[in-house]
Amino acid sequence: MSDIAIATASGIDARPPARALDYLLLLKPRVMSLVVFTGLVGMVMAPVAIHPVAAAAALLCIAVGAGASGALNMWFDADIDAVMDRTRDRPVPSGRVKAEDALATGIVLSGFSVAALGLFTNVLAAALLAATILFYAVVYTMLLKRATSQNIVIGGAAGAMPPVIGWAAVTGDVTLVPVVLFAIIFFWTPPHFWALALAKREEYARAGVPMLPVVAGIAPTIWQILAYTLILVPLGALPTVIGAAGLAYASVALGLGGLFVWRAVALMRVMDDSAARKREGLKLFAYSIVYLFALFATLLLERIVWSLSA
Amino acid sequence: MADPTNEEKARRQRNLLLAAALVGFAILFFVMTVVRLGGNVADRPL
Repeated sequence: MSDIAIATASGIDARPPARALDYLLLLKPRVMSLVVFTGLVGMVMAPVAIHPVAAAAALLCIAVGAGASGALNMWFDADIDAVMDRTRDRPVPSGRVKAEDALATGIVLSGFSVAALGLFTNVLAAALLAATILFYAVVYTMLLKRATSQNIVIGGAAGAMPPVIGWAAVTGDVTLVPVVLFAIIFFWTPPHFWALALAKREEYARAGVPMLPVVAGIAPTIWQILAYTLILVPLGALPTVIGAAGLAYASVALGLGGLFVWRAVALMRVMDDSAARKREGLKLFAYSIVYLFALFATLLLERIVWSLSA
Repeated sequence: MADPTNEEKARRQRNLLLAAALVGFAILFFVMTVVRLGGNVADRPL
């Protein structure tokens, strides 16, 4: 029996006290950094500009909205998080933040971020942010995550929305360019998460989360990773095809994409070796993060160079 | 006076975080109001 269980049984609240930092951890700051970055690129790619202070405020709203959905996810998934090594030290499963406090934090921050984005920019951006939070918290976390191996495929739509919201905050509409940015992140998400799930398969199985490697097995997952990667590589170069980026970006996108395919093929070679598969899975997971950051950073840099030389 | 317990220290930290968030939010709204009004205040009919 754990200390907390013993103390609870004897009527004493033995939970370690929540620090301010625990409330910040509820917002999943690492996920927020990717959201802020891709949202910023969505804004910079727009053909018009807004006041820099308004742009910074809009980015803050998008970041807080993403953090709010992270808090709602931690509230609902505390039972799963407590079983997995990777997540058991999160504020709710570790007992440092009460589940109801995480829920309240998520609801309050969702309301504030959506209302503020609507007031600072426009109704479309606010509506997209609200839909994204609801999609992540309700459709992905509550309905899909424990029900289907396609959980992160469909749920990935929420993570792909920040550039669309960023674009909408600046322009007030949604056109082909933000849809292409959405598609890149959408098709990047399955190989990113399945690479992690390959390495953490036993943990997901113990937690009862039907990730693809748990439900379908190793080989089908690796084939799916390769299939999504082969779709992702040309998609990565699509901004150049539609005129939103230049040849420099396309070269970098194809080079980074080639490395992505190489890493996916490396996984196929170690399909039957458990230890090597975990190692290669983690390598692909780490590389996928570098890939997305580098791809969007190149878009951003090229746009800055274009505006300086115009 | 007795030293504050861990729970009291944590509560104080949380309260400070909440206060900072509320003050930040108020400042953000003030700044955004100024930005959105821009030069329109000076141009308004008197």
